[in-house]
Order: sequence, then C-alpha cells, then structure tokens
Amino acid sequence: MSEKNIKIKVEYLTRVEGHGNIVVDIADGRLEKCELNIVEAPRFFEGMLIGRSIFEAQHITSRICGICACGHTLASIQAAEDAIGFNPSSQTMILRQLLLDMEILDSHILHIYLLAAPDLLGVKSFIPLIDSHNSVVRRALRMKKTCNDICEILVGRHVHPISCIVGGFTKIPGEKELDLMLSLLTGMRPDMEATLELISSLPFPSFERETEYVALVNDGPGYPLLEGDIGSSDGVRMDKIDYKKITNEYIVDHSTAKRARLSRDSYLVGALARYNLNGSKLSGKSLEAARTLGLKAKITNPYLNTAAQLVECVECLEDSIKIVESLKNTGTDRSQELVVGLNESGIIHVRAGKGAGAVEVPRGTLFHYYEIDEKGIIINADCVIPTSQNTGNIESDMRKLVPEILDRSREEITLALEMLVRAYDPCISCSAHFLEVRFVSK
Amino acid sequence: MKRPKVAFFDFACCEGCQLQIANMGEKLLDILDSIEVVEFREIMSEKWDQSYDIAIIEGSITTNHAVELIKEIRRRSKVIIAYGSCATIAGVNGMKNSYKLDEIRKYVYGDKASEFDTIPTMPVHQVIHVDYFIHNCPVYPPEVIEVLKAALAGLPYHVSDKAVCVECKLNENICMYDRGTTCLGPITRSGCNSWCINNGNICYGCRGMVSNPNKNGFREVLDGYDISLDLIIKKMDMYNKCRENDRNE
Repeated sequence: MSEKNIKIKVEYLTRVEGHGNIVVDIADGRLEKCELNIVEAPRFFEGMLIGRSIFEAQHITSRICGICACGHTLASIQAAEDAIGFNPSSQTMILRQLLLDMEILDSHILHIYLLAAPDLLGVKSFIPLIDSHNSVVRRALRMKKTCNDICEILVGRHVHPISCIVGGFTKIPGEKELDLMLSLLTGMRPDMEATLELISSLPFPSFERETEYVALVNDGPGYPLLEGDIGSSDGVRMDKIDYKKITNEYIVDHSTAKRARLSRDSYLVGALARYNLNGSKLSGKSLEAARTLGLKAKITNPYLNTAAQLVECVECLEDSIKIVESLKNTGTDRSQELVVGLNESGIIHVRAGKGAGAVEVPRGTLFHYYEIDEKGIIINADCVIPTSQNTGNIESDMRKLVPEILDRSREEITLALEMLVRAYDPCISCSAHFLEVRFVSK
Repeated sequence: MKRPKVAFFDFACCEGCQLQIANMGEKLLDILDSIEVVEFREIMSEKWDQSYDIAIIEGSITTNHAVELIKEIRRRSKVIIAYGSCATIAGVNGMKNSYKLDEIRKYVYGDKASEFDTIPTMPVHQVIHVDYFIHNCPVYPPEVIEVLKAALAGLPYHVSDKAVCVECKLNENICMYDRGTTCLGPITRSGCNSWCINNGNICYGCRGMVSNPNKNGFREVLDGYDISLDLIIKKMDMYNKCRENDRNE
C-alpha cells in the first residue's frame, strides 16, 4: 500500500465538546500532513477579566465551559484566594472536594456513554442506541441526572454553579440535604457496577505511544484532585505558581487553541495521566475497577483514557459517599454561609497580589492565574486549559497511528482518528477555545 | 403525526445550555419521542442537508463566518429559537465589545493576533429574525419545555417583562441589598424563579433587562445603600453590553 494517496479532512468533528477539524494528507504512502485544527470562535475570556473585580472572576470564568463549569469555578476561586491571601475553612475544602468529585463523575459519564460508547458499539450517536440499547441509554441519563441533582443541592445547579464563591459557600447543606445526597449517591452504585460490566466487555482499539504524563501530585493519602504540586512522569515536580514552566504555551497557525510542551514535544493530561501518576493511591472499589478493566500503570494506549475515566468514576462516587457520611457524623456549620457579591461590605480582606489555581478537572490539570491591585481589580489573567495541553500530544499520536493503519480503508482510518481524538474527551469550547476530517482519495 | 425535524447549532458559547437538555434525565427520551433530532453536532455524527422545522441556536455571533452560517440556517429553517443568553442577548461574550478588538486580540493571542477572525459580538436577533427566545445563563429547564411546547404547537411564547424581584419576593428571600450587596434583580426580566438569589447569590442580569426598568426606583435603591452607578454599569455590562445595539429598546 506504499503508493497510497489519501487526504482526510473531517470538518466539525462530532461528539466532542466544541469545534475542531482533523486534516491528514498522505502522498505516495508518506504522511505529509497531520493536524488537529481548533476552529472554535475565540472568545477572549482572559481579556474580558481585565478591570473587573476578583469577586467576579468565578462567575465569568465558569462560562468558559458548560461541562467543566464547576472545575473552572474551583480553579478560579483557588487562584483568587491565593492572590488575596485568604485561607478557606476545612469545611469549605471538604465541600469543594465533594463538588469536584461530582464534576468529574458527571463529565466522565457523559463522555463514556454519550460520546465514546457509540464508537465502541459501532453506531453514529447515542440516538440509535435508544432503540437498540434502551436500558443502557436510560442508565446513562439516570446517572447523569443524579450528579446534576446533587450539584443542585450543593451549589444550585451543575452548569454554572451558583453558591460556590471566593470565601466559601453562599449556602451550606444541612442534615436534610446530606441525607438526600447520601441516598442519591448510594443509589448510584448498582448503575456504576453495570457500567463497569458494560465497558469491560467492549474492545478498545490497540495502539501504543509512550509520552510524558502530567497531573497534580502530593505526598498525602488519597487520589489528588483538588490540591497538590504539578508532577510529571519524567520526574518534574513544581509548585502551582510556576505553572508556566510546565505548560510553556505556544501558538500554531492552524488553531485558535494554544499548545503546551514540557520535557518532550508534547505531554498528556487527564484521567490516563492521573492514573499513571497516582494509580497506586487507589484503594477499595476503584482499585478493583482498575483490575476488572485490566489497567496497569503505566498505560501508553491513549484509547484507554476512557477506561481510566471509569476508574475515576468509581473513585469519585466512593469518595463522595465517604465525604457525605463524615459530614453527617460531624454535622455542618451553616453559620459559615456568606454573601460576598462584589465585596461591597468588605467582609473579605483584599490585598494586591498574584495567585495561581491548579485543579484536576475531568480532562486534566486546569490552571487559572490572576494578578490584582490593592482594590482587588484584575490587572492580569491567564487560564491554561487541559485540552490545549493535550492537542500537541493528540497530533503526535495521529502521526504515529496513521502509518500503522495505512492498509485500512479511508473510512476506517477516519474513524480510528476520530475515536482517538474523542478518547481524549477534548473540550474545545474551553481550549479556544475546535474539529474537521476531509478524505479525498486520488 | 409526522415528527418535526429539529436541529441544534452552536456558535460562540460554552455549550452549557445543550447540557441542560442532557441533564433532564430520562425525561429527555419523552422529548425525543415528539421530535426528530436531525442534527446535533455535540452528540451526533449524523448530518442533515435539507430544511429544518425548528433550528435551536446556541451562542453568539462573533466571526464573519458565523454571520454567513446563521443566515444560511435562517434560509433553511421554518422556526428559529435563540437558546440561552449568548444567543438572546450575547451574554458574557458581549463584554468583548467594551474593548478595542485589536487590543483584546493582542492581549490573548500576542503577535499572532491578526490570524484570529473576530467581529463585535452580536446576539442572534441582531443578524437574523428570531421567532422564540429562551433566555438565561444557563437556560432554565422548565422554561425550555414551555417554549418547545409553544413552538411545536405554533403558539406565541410570552417572555415575562416583570423584574426578578417579583419572583424573589414570592420566594421569600431576604433582599440582597439588605444583606449588604448589590443585585440586578430590580432591572432584570423574571422567568428564572429567582434561581440565583434562592441559592444565596445575587442576580447578574443574565436574562436581559426589562423593557421599561424603573430607573428612578432603582436609583433610589442605589442611593439608599450608597452604591456608585459606575459599579452597577460594569455589572450590567457583564451580560447586557450588546443591548446598546438594540434600536427599539
């Protein structure tokens, strides 16, 4: 097949969040061009923050992404509190961890069932599954709704949370709310077991390419998601304030999303990176889930990101049950509910400064960085999104994958590429803020 | 009965309003029973090249390419629903218009700025005729159902023009001004059941302003609490910057 000429251009890649294109050009059996173009309309969030109050940053940056609105919220708050020197209470940190667990669980369920599973089941979307696999679709929607219902109790709603702000929470769950959350969470266990059974029965494409894996790491017990240093499988470890030395962002011509590199040409963030770096910290049901799925660090097949996500689903469900049970035992302190608005009443002390937030959100490590003046007005802002960090790595994967599958039909090559990109669960609104595969066989 | 063909399109936005549909749970299957979704890029690989009975538009128009695309969608659609604040009032994307385009492009994309196509942000109705508006950031699910029912039946949907305060009082919330903060409830369209204030936060004006705001009353509230107009204007511009291009308001 060495004489093969293929041009692939997938315009507006489907079943990803946001707009992106895949462009592949094979001439005489040689790979001439292999790009992942992000074509999402740029929205200039960082620019819009300048001149605004640090107390507005969470509300605005949450709107970068509807899927990871809670993740942006948490990273934004962490950066803002770092900048003004505010230390949140331990209750606040526990509730934020619960929110992050729900965020990761909700997003992974959406990706596993609605975006990735149709590929594994050989259909174009979940719509035909409504007839062929009705109970599976119902299970997915039910699990997703449960996450949503818990977020509603905790922060008003999942898309653009209302009550999670700089300083803490505007409402705090009481006994009744904790009981309701616990029954919803424990009620999800049978569906989680059924999900594990389904996904462990599906064949993932085989493909290996070792790369650098980046995620939050820390020395404490537990799987780090909300707090930690930035670590890499190539031995890098840095404080979050030095995130720019990790991401080393650069702009390429064909994309509205910036890209990142660390020790090599590209690196990978997300569930697979977290599992590779922190999988040894899993225990109980999530450790069992990893065994059931046949996962063992270090995983170098990017298609298995979806499987790593499922391990994290189990981890987040079990961790959230633990949190709610312990809150029930200790009771919550509702006197910590606070109303800040624009801090008109000055209830939070503000100083000039700079601060960084680094949080593991569904697709990888998310960084927010703000510099503020003495009145708390933002003078500099920067957000580095997981998908921008992954884009270079996806292209590197595509460049290795295409020559390995050249003997396949154009349709099969296109599908393999689309599945690869989808496995990363790219969040394109975030990264531009992206996808296109067009095939023209000569 | 033949099920109406419905398509979803997204422009500059966070796609959170689409997610609000996925968040409806198994109820979503009942909605899917009454319509035929022919195009929905975020969840479907299928594409459709004929006319649509209803096109649901999410996001703001921010590039020349988008202007052409939305005009083409209008030509192919019997009914257009602007879906979510980014589509109905341009929402947070409108803040961009407070800056010079060249400066904000340069700030975000440096010396590659010129490669990024961008025009002043517009809500959908500033480019094409819109038949139904579903405001809110994100959309409020009970209102989504109401507007869909109206659109499927061919009936008009009336967007409330009373202030959020009306619903907020019925919900017996303590006024945010009494709790020491400013709130845009007095000048913002209701219909969200005072969602944010019920959860302890303030109203940010995401549904757009009422058509005839009680300016004097609102000024009195601000004066009473010694709050500068400047602070409020900036706050209003978070969602409502593009209102200045609506000639009839």
